[in-house]
Amino acid sequence: MTDEVITVAGLRKTYGDLEAVAGIDLAVRSGEVFALLGPNGAGKTTTVEILEGYRDRTAGEVSVLGFDPADRSRELRRRVGIVLQSTGVDPYLTVRETVALYASYYPSPRNVDEVVDLVGLSEKRDARVVKLSGGQQRRLDVAIALAGDPELLFLDEPTTGFDPGARRHAWDVIRNLAELGKTIFLTTHYMDEAQNLANRVAVIAKGEIVAEGPPSTLVERHLARTVIRFRRPPADLPPSVHDGSTVGAEIEIAADEPTRTLHELTSWAVERGIELEGLQVTRPTLEDVYLELTGGEAGTE
Amino acid sequence: MSDAGLLALQVRTTNKAFWRNPASAFFTFAFPLMFLVIFTALLGSGSVEVAPGVVIQQDSYYVAAMAAFAVITATYTNLAISISFTRDAGILKRTRGSPLPAGIYLGGRVAHAVLISLVLVVITAAFGIAFYQADVPTGVLLLEYLVTVVVGAMAFSALGLATTALVPNADAAPAVVNAIILPLLFLSGIFIPLGEDAPTWMKAIGDIFPVKHFAKAMFGSFYGPPFPFEWGDVLVVAAWGVIGLALAIRFFSWEPRK
Repeated sequence: MTDEVITVAGLRKTYGDLEAVAGIDLAVRSGEVFALLGPNGAGKTTTVEILEGYRDRTAGEVSVLGFDPADRSRELRRRVGIVLQSTGVDPYLTVRETVALYASYYPSPRNVDEVVDLVGLSEKRDARVVKLSGGQQRRLDVAIALAGDPELLFLDEPTTGFDPGARRHAWDVIRNLAELGKTIFLTTHYMDEAQNLANRVAVIAKGEIVAEGPPSTLVERHLARTVIRFRRPPADLPPSVHDGSTVGAEIEIAADEPTRTLHELTSWAVERGIELEGLQVTRPTLEDVYLELTGGEAGTE
Repeated sequence: MSDAGLLALQVRTTNKAFWRNPASAFFTFAFPLMFLVIFTALLGSGSVEVAPGVVIQQDSYYVAAMAAFAVITATYTNLAISISFTRDAGILKRTRGSPLPAGIYLGGRVAHAVLISLVLVVITAAFGIAFYQADVPTGVLLLEYLVTVVVGAMAFSALGLATTALVPNADAAPAVVNAIILPLLFLSGIFIPLGEDAPTWMKAIGDIFPVKHFAKAMFGSFYGPPFPFEWGDVLVVAAWGVIGLALAIRFFSWEPRK
């Protein structure tokens, strides 16, 4: 396909006996927000650093904007923005000086002040980097990645360690970038981040892709059971819906056909004049899928 | 921006950050002058036979010696420590992911260090003229002197880059760098003049490394005859610079060592 920005086929990376990436295939299309989701140590950073040109691969084909990142072509780096997991900038330069410095490396950079505003550092424009908080330094990382007006952005765990407010803000920035038509490749171990931002998610565990697709279909394909929950009514349930589990005073039914089950349950209750207290219908979240697929290794924060 | 423009911007940016970091500015600029005053006050009244039949007053000796020391501090010591720091802070890794060519980034750092050493040499010489009756070299000597300073500054910069490969982390950088350079400064007669009667082993060790050859060329071109200036010394320094460059190209790391 011509609009594929990133194509990966059979990518492997071994460190001695350890297989960090065990043969993965990926395809990221232009304008897409693609999330590589997985627990720590699953191979996310190894994969993204191969795509960024920092690491050699052991085997497989990789193409980024038509280039092999291992060639470290300057032309490719002019079109890509990178937010690494942990990088620094000179502590003695100001925010504006730093962004302007990196902007000068690119053929058609964005306006420096605009970029500083976009990441919410307007008030810190003339502050030295050494005076910024951790969250502010992370925003500066994003500003630097945007300075060259790249068409493709790599974000390696962009919100790890953020407080909820900073996270919302970062998400807004990423959504804005997506609206501008940028292709975004992000890694994260937060399920909600992938669910909220990505058009497509690939779940990686132990170096392999265990699931891939839009967040909504991932849920349907891999864990289709909707959960119906309500407080135990003062009568026995009809046998057709009575395959739930009891959690304290609550009954939980994992329904393969939630519409039918819910219909039977509610018509049974209406006929008897019973109010089903605390009735809830919960679609499984990506987190449930994720935990199932990665064998419950999630939540390392 | 053209590559020449990018190089100039790197030099300007490095310079800005250099002066905003009080420690780097202080140690690089104040040490050579401080040592010049201290050593001259302590040892400046004597004289030393630096070559057969060549006797020199120690107060003027230290003007040339501290100029050599200043060049080594501004290039070798300063680059090895500050680049280890930028590497561990992840600045090098980030730069590596940008379109800025590696050579322009490091070239800018080296060019800044070389410029700083030229400024320091001028300051040290001016100080020597004002307070220690030193004479400025003129004509051919001045040319020899400037070539020695620039070749030395570039060679010690390359060796500084190579030394970062020996530095396990930024905290250890000053220790590693000083462990290498301080003994050599003493063995090469920078701090205490090595007379003809210095131990043979000490002279032999000094002859292997570039510091003594650099100092000899600096003395010879600063004072003129009968003090010997030999292009051979400059060549040894340049050869060490080439070795340093080769080692740096082979072993330099852009990523933090953990």
